[in-house]
Amino acid sequence: MSGASALVRSLEELGVDVVFGIPGGAILPAYDPLFDSKKVRHILVRHEQGAGHAATGYAQATGRVGVCMATSGPGATNLVTPIADAYMDSVPMVAITGQVAKSAIGTDAFQEADIQGITLPITKHNFLVQTGEDLPRILAEAFHLASTGRPGPVLVDIPKDVLQAQTTFNWPPTMELPGYHPTLHPHGKQIREAARLIATAKRPVLYVGGGVLKAGASASLLKLAELTGVPVVTTLMARGAFPDSHPQHLGMPGMHGTVSAVYALQRADLIVALGARFDDRVTGKLDSFAPHATIVHADIDPAEIGKNRTADVPIVGDARYVIDELITAVGTEYAAGHKADLTDWWTQVGDLRDRYPLGWEEPSDGTLAPQQVIQRLGEMVGPEAIYVAGVGQHQMWAAQFIKYENPATWLNSGGLGTMGYAVPAAMGAKTGAPEKVVWAIDGDGCFQMTNQELATCALEGIPIKVAVINNGNLGMVRQWQTLFYDERYSNTDLGTHKHRIPDFVKLAEALGCVGLRCETVSDLDNTIAAAMAVTDQPVVIDFVVGKDAMVWPMVAAGTSNDEIMFARGVRPRFDEDDI
Amino acid sequence: MTTHTLSVLVENKPGVLARVSGLFSRRGFNIDSLAVGETENPEVSRITIVVNADASPLEQVTKQLNKLVNVLKIVELEQNASVQRELMLIKVRADRPIRSQVLETVQLFRARVVDVAPDALTIEATGTAEKLDALIRDLEPYGIKEMVQSGMVAIGRGSRSITTGPALRAAS
Repeated sequence: MSGASALVRSLEELGVDVVFGIPGGAILPAYDPLFDSKKVRHILVRHEQGAGHAATGYAQATGRVGVCMATSGPGATNLVTPIADAYMDSVPMVAITGQVAKSAIGTDAFQEADIQGITLPITKHNFLVQTGEDLPRILAEAFHLASTGRPGPVLVDIPKDVLQAQTTFNWPPTMELPGYHPTLHPHGKQIREAARLIATAKRPVLYVGGGVLKAGASASLLKLAELTGVPVVTTLMARGAFPDSHPQHLGMPGMHGTVSAVYALQRADLIVALGARFDDRVTGKLDSFAPHATIVHADIDPAEIGKNRTADVPIVGDARYVIDELITAVGTEYAAGHKADLTDWWTQVGDLRDRYPLGWEEPSDGTLAPQQVIQRLGEMVGPEAIYVAGVGQHQMWAAQFIKYENPATWLNSGGLGTMGYAVPAAMGAKTGAPEKVVWAIDGDGCFQMTNQELATCALEGIPIKVAVINNGNLGMVRQWQTLFYDERYSNTDLGTHKHRIPDFVKLAEALGCVGLRCETVSDLDNTIAAAMAVTDQPVVIDFVVGKDAMVWPMVAAGTSNDEIMFARGVRPRFDEDDI
Repeated sequence: MTTHTLSVLVENKPGVLARVSGLFSRRGFNIDSLAVGETENPEVSRITIVVNADASPLEQVTKQLNKLVNVLKIVELEQNASVQRELMLIKVRADRPIRSQVLETVQLFRARVVDVAPDALTIEATGTAEKLDALIRDLEPYGIKEMVQSGMVAIGRGSRSITTGPALRAAS
């Protein structure tokens, strides 16, 4: 068979059910056998960036490897942003790109780009395939690398002549990865030391990151939390890893985290980091972060441990094994009579939670409050749906005001902060989990970057719903201009209010979707209900909201978490004497 | 900051050197010297990297190197427990009146003459960086016309080989 057939057969053997992509010259041979595949559905997107984010959304919703495909040159370079995005958020993705024929590599041939070189720093690994015989093995390796250890994107670049040449196909191939041995099981000694600290700490916090979701460790986390009674915070990447309704949950830490979550980390005497990476958006100014805390840091990637904050007890392992073994070891400590009383700690953090709940000020100009839109959407749609956000104010509000109860129900671009992520990622999520209701919560800025994938959704029968939180501006940038640039609004007004260009309702209709608009509180429930009633078509709601709303609380970039502002000009009162 | 010598065993495949060197620049580490070649096993190459770094950044770079799929093993070679050598070829002016003095220097350093021209000698020398620096200093007065140096290669002393010894592992 041809190399192209070997590629498609390999994808079938690997259990791939959907590929997002666009054909072009160099990858064209692969599209011929793909046309006949009964197992692999190809979804023709409108831009390769959409294919990449769709693969990410698919992976985050299902836990399986997402696959995208593009041709050489511009097709491949258009995948760069979603690949970098998947790398930062540790998403299992395989990107397959066509390359010019081997004999033309290095000659600046038409549509040639060194995509292997370009993606070196943003992939877990990448391959340039030399012969058709290698294809099944390399694809098996790519899927294995993408999905095991710390997940991440893997790129497979295939020259056109390799796709065209005749080859033999053998399955299963033998993988050759002598240098790849992710550590799954933690070291017993470290677990016992961590358990001893957890049992005796007076002000402990479980700092939960996206690794817990990747490891499928939510149920174990709940057990550990309830066994210990320790407060839990979930990062932006871990929303849904622990139920928001749980009384031990303090919410999200970090730049726009809750006062109680930020305070708990700052005043902790023990932080147990589980699959989290002490990102600058969580720690604030690093040298003033959690000054009194002993750090237990568990991660599957040894390079994360000690990268930003020195770990007192480093634990390398898969979060599920780590947490399960911690449960046993903490139980042993309790049986030996070691158990600190957390009453005082809970009094402190509970008091802050009560005094500084998430909220917003009603806009004085009578406009619709974006926070209210998002909160109401979450209430009406419920915790079984999947919510996918873009990047900016709406993303933070969606992380704050929707109550997540289940893993894999909150998808967003956390590390790279990719505007335009929401619509294609929602498309991918809905493709992977068609039984779920999928809502993209997008901003008017983000939406204008990737809304063309709604045409794909309409034609391919992928009925996602999009709530455009339209404040007419690049809202988060505008917020920074308000706070840090003397209210000089340089290049943040998009004109979607002033000129209604584009008209999102008409745009939605032009893209084959139902278009709705909501401008007042009185219309809020009916409009959401109307969107929920549509199940056979994508729906877009243009929520026209006030432009002056800001995301609070906030720790300004580069400052200490101790400087957290509850609202503009309002510092929470921490009772220092309690410490 | 102190100087560290890392021996990195990697799969002998195209592009691996780019992965390793790219990682150093990307993570903000400076390489003092780098040498690469095949080992006793033709499927394995060995990269010797000399870096100037504090202990904590060095641990980070080691961990990042270990994450590269093609990296098999990393060992730090301590100066007093290993043999470290660089190779240098140096073309020095040596016409009749000074030739014997140049040759005397060559002998003192146990270097060798590998090419002779009427007014110049090309000298091959191996040794530690310190020894080669001293040789350069001594030859400089005669006029160095051209010079080329390899990166450092190093091997542990004793009978144990790098493939059987313990790897440089991150904490835990």
